[in-house]
Amino acid sequence: MSALLIADFLAWMPAWLLMQTAALLVVTPLLSGPIALILSRGRLAWIWAVVISLATFALTLILYAQVLEHGSVQYAFGDWAPPLGITYNIDALNMLILLIVAGMGVLSVFYGLPSVLKEIAPRDQAPFFAAFLLCLTGLLGVTITGDAFNVFVFLEISSISTYILIAMGGKQDRRALTASFSYLVLGTIGATFFVIGIGLLYMATGTLNMADITAQLHLRGDDRVVRAAFAFIVIGLGLKTAMFPLHTWLPNAYAYSPTVVGAFLASTATKVAFYAMVRFTLGVFLPDSPFNHAFLGFVLTPMAVAAMIICSVQALYQTDLRKLLAYSSVAQLGYMLLGLSIGTAAGVSAGLLHLFNHALLKGGLFMGLGIFALTYGVRQVQDLRGLGKTMPVTAAAFTVCGLSLIGAPFFAGFVSKYYLITAALEHGWWWAVIAILASSVLAIFYVGRMLEAMYLHPAPKTKGRSKKARTTKAPVLAIAPLVVLAVANIWFFFDASLPKGLADAAAMALLGGGAP
Amino acid sequence: MSWTPELGLLLLLVIPLSGAVGVLALSHWPNLREAATLLTGAALLANVVMLVLAVDAGARPTLTLMSVAGGLSLNFTLEPLGAIFAALASALWLINSLYSIGYMRGNHAQDQTRFYLSFTIAIAAAMGVAASGNMFTLFIFYEALTLSTYPLVTHNGDEKARNGGRIYLTILMGTSIGLFLPAVIATHVLAGSTDFIAGGLLAGSITPAMASILLILYVFGIGKAAIMPVQNWLPNAMVAPTPVSAFLHAVAVVKAGVFTMLKMSVYVFGLDFMRTIPAAHWLAWIAAISIVLASLIALSRDNLKERLAWSTISQLSYITLGAMIATPLAALGAALHIIMHAWGKITLFMCAGAIYTARHITNVSGMKGLGKSMPWVFGAFLVGALSIIGLPPLAGAWPKLMLMMGATDPINRIFIGALVISSLLNVAYLLPIPVNAFFGKPDTKKGKLPTAPRLAVIPPLLTAAGTIVLFFAIGPIVDFLRPVFESGGIQ
Repeated sequence: MSALLIADFLAWMPAWLLMQTAALLVVTPLLSGPIALILSRGRLAWIWAVVISLATFALTLILYAQVLEHGSVQYAFGDWAPPLGITYNIDALNMLILLIVAGMGVLSVFYGLPSVLKEIAPRDQAPFFAAFLLCLTGLLGVTITGDAFNVFVFLEISSISTYILIAMGGKQDRRALTASFSYLVLGTIGATFFVIGIGLLYMATGTLNMADITAQLHLRGDDRVVRAAFAFIVIGLGLKTAMFPLHTWLPNAYAYSPTVVGAFLASTATKVAFYAMVRFTLGVFLPDSPFNHAFLGFVLTPMAVAAMIICSVQALYQTDLRKLLAYSSVAQLGYMLLGLSIGTAAGVSAGLLHLFNHALLKGGLFMGLGIFALTYGVRQVQDLRGLGKTMPVTAAAFTVCGLSLIGAPFFAGFVSKYYLITAALEHGWWWAVIAILASSVLAIFYVGRMLEAMYLHPAPKTKGRSKKARTTKAPVLAIAPLVVLAVANIWFFFDASLPKGLADAAAMALLGGGAP
Repeated sequence: MSWTPELGLLLLLVIPLSGAVGVLALSHWPNLREAATLLTGAALLANVVMLVLAVDAGARPTLTLMSVAGGLSLNFTLEPLGAIFAALASALWLINSLYSIGYMRGNHAQDQTRFYLSFTIAIAAAMGVAASGNMFTLFIFYEALTLSTYPLVTHNGDEKARNGGRIYLTILMGTSIGLFLPAVIATHVLAGSTDFIAGGLLAGSITPAMASILLILYVFGIGKAAIMPVQNWLPNAMVAPTPVSAFLHAVAVVKAGVFTMLKMSVYVFGLDFMRTIPAAHWLAWIAAISIVLASLIALSRDNLKERLAWSTISQLSYITLGAMIATPLAALGAALHIIMHAWGKITLFMCAGAIYTARHITNVSGMKGLGKSMPWVFGAFLVGALSIIGLPPLAGAWPKLMLMMGATDPINRIFIGALVISSLLNVAYLLPIPVNAFFGKPDTKKGKLPTAPRLAVIPPLLTAAGTIVLFFAIGPIVDFLRPVFESGGIQ
């Protein structure tokens, strides 16, 4: 997009909309959630959710245009100037995340109808979309806000609605209930840690505005209260991010929730928590404080590497497809955490780029599995046999996302791994390069297993399959978003300027200076 | 719009990819589908010939497809080495496509659309490798070649094919991601780009120790060059249909590997710098050991295709050896060997496939006396075998001669011995096959014997004739390649 085009676009927008975009972005889905509840029928609620998610995405794009034009956007609620009131503060860093969350929101809603109609009891369908919209609100809110306590509030909004969404898988598989419950316990512990950290921070600085906290910390320097706050916040967010070894809630939550929820959460929830982690460690706390440095170097790095290796191996041994992808997600979060722990602008930028690409590819993979599950009841790796022939389009799109996960050239996943390795080498971390590559090779195996079953094994001719044979025709509504994601995975290999530009700008803003 | 070299560069990818679309669209009409394949091959060859002429006239067309922040770009630049590889691959691909039609129909193979589709995508990837203007681009197309040939290797779809495919993918992807990719990125970090630069991108700017590490990463990372101990994927890929084996061994895959090796030696390190890298000498030793060892293993194999596979491993290491010795003459010999070996080896493979199609015989011991009923096939086999052995007036003679002449330094002289031993072993494992076929007694009873389809016999005859033509065409080829090695001072 040329600068002129953006300026034209903004000039064409009504002034009130431009002034209130940031607020509307959160308020729209927040108020629409309860309305979805009133629309007691599933399809009606779905149409409502489509309209709202599209509106949200449109607002995100308008906001993006403003960020491109002005560099960053500030919004003060009720015109209470910071640090008194709640402010929203949008820069390159959270813009990138907002685009992912809002975009995946739209795709998931479109994708979701067949899944919801089949997997969720009719009387729960409208509440499902209500919970979905609230979850979207929470994720957008965490990302957009410039107020530390506000982060906690939105984190809880998204978490509580996530517990509901996961538990709705209970009609299909009762294990969804225990998965949801264990996530609820761990998620609440995480939120508690986080809020204790915020409390300590408030004690130390007397403010909740992020920018103001940073300013106060500059004056105050590093002391035990601040360090305790740091530790609490990082552990709280680490739980939400599914940072190894705090990831135990994630595989079950992804595996037993309704398929649409798995796709949406895998590409947004942990990403937003990771964003919050980046924001707090580098943006709120002082990135050059020794304690912060020690955390990045001695705590985060080993955990990132352990996640990359151990969880990839675990993924290799899963027979349940969605658990396989879930473990792979934890491993891929390791890449992002590694990017953060390298601590240079290039590293952080590579981590953010990987976040973006991983959202696209993992969302696609979960959607693909969801379609297979809807049509053939596929759950295990061996159930994929022969699907390459019976469902060529879905299988092809699934393959694209899988290759992107491996990091094969011509797919977006390659670009971010390339930059991550470059950042590690520039930093002199050759051992990290080995870890990245080892994890990539493991990815070849666990993705290869799925693709091999899909393309090389003939479809089983036992009556098990014929009984389970296609219950519904693969719904176009579900395939379209998957194809969009597959195309995006190829597109962002050839032109990564959008995410790369934002990631670079974000990393430079966080770490100040030095082209990545 | 008239043809320009830059457009030709783009067409290198566009022609096969639109061919792939054509194959897919015509999947219900086999005759039209194969016509699309052949048309693609002919158009591609015509385009490559025009490019070769342009490069010969001094043009170095350049095209940047995409560039991303941070110095990454998909860049194509055609120089003589790449042009000759493109010419080789496109010419043999056309002949191989003809042969594929005969073979696949003769054997009533399944999933032929997928087969031709993968074939066209693979040749596009090979063209990308040939025209790459930097190591990053080359790496990307190198990987695309691995991925697009995987469905070909596993084409038969049974347990054996899956196992072979698994080993194929594991070794090639494992080495390329584990060693080759870090080497490319390290080059990028050290030099600020991965461009191919005459005289060497890294020449003189890094310490010999650093260069040694990088060189080791490259040599073992380029798994397609099959230097020991990363050779095992090649014999295991023999489960594929024969046209695929021909494609792997002669047209594109292993050739892309040794081509990359040569590109790396000439343009990343530079020949002069290569000769000062301590590791290069030891890698030359490993190549020499591969040459002899693989020939010995070939001698012990009874399955014809497996024997040929080990022969390829041995022959590929000639090229790696030339790239490691890195005197201009040895490197020139290596470049020539890419071409000459391809023509000989594809002949042998197509003959093996023709024998299989006609009689379903795969073992050497079962081929006694077949020459009487299949004189053309075994005649072509004999010519191909003699070319591989390196006897004049066949193409294989030149590269061996130049490799030996390039290795006359005292420290390199030992490698001449390896080449001589290997040639003798070539005689021992290749010549008995046609000799027994012509003079041995058939152990099958007489009667009406099935013959191979014509489309499976004519192509090997063409390539056998090609080995003779190439012997006499050596002058223009050397003139064409000379600018590449000129900085080293060949006169």
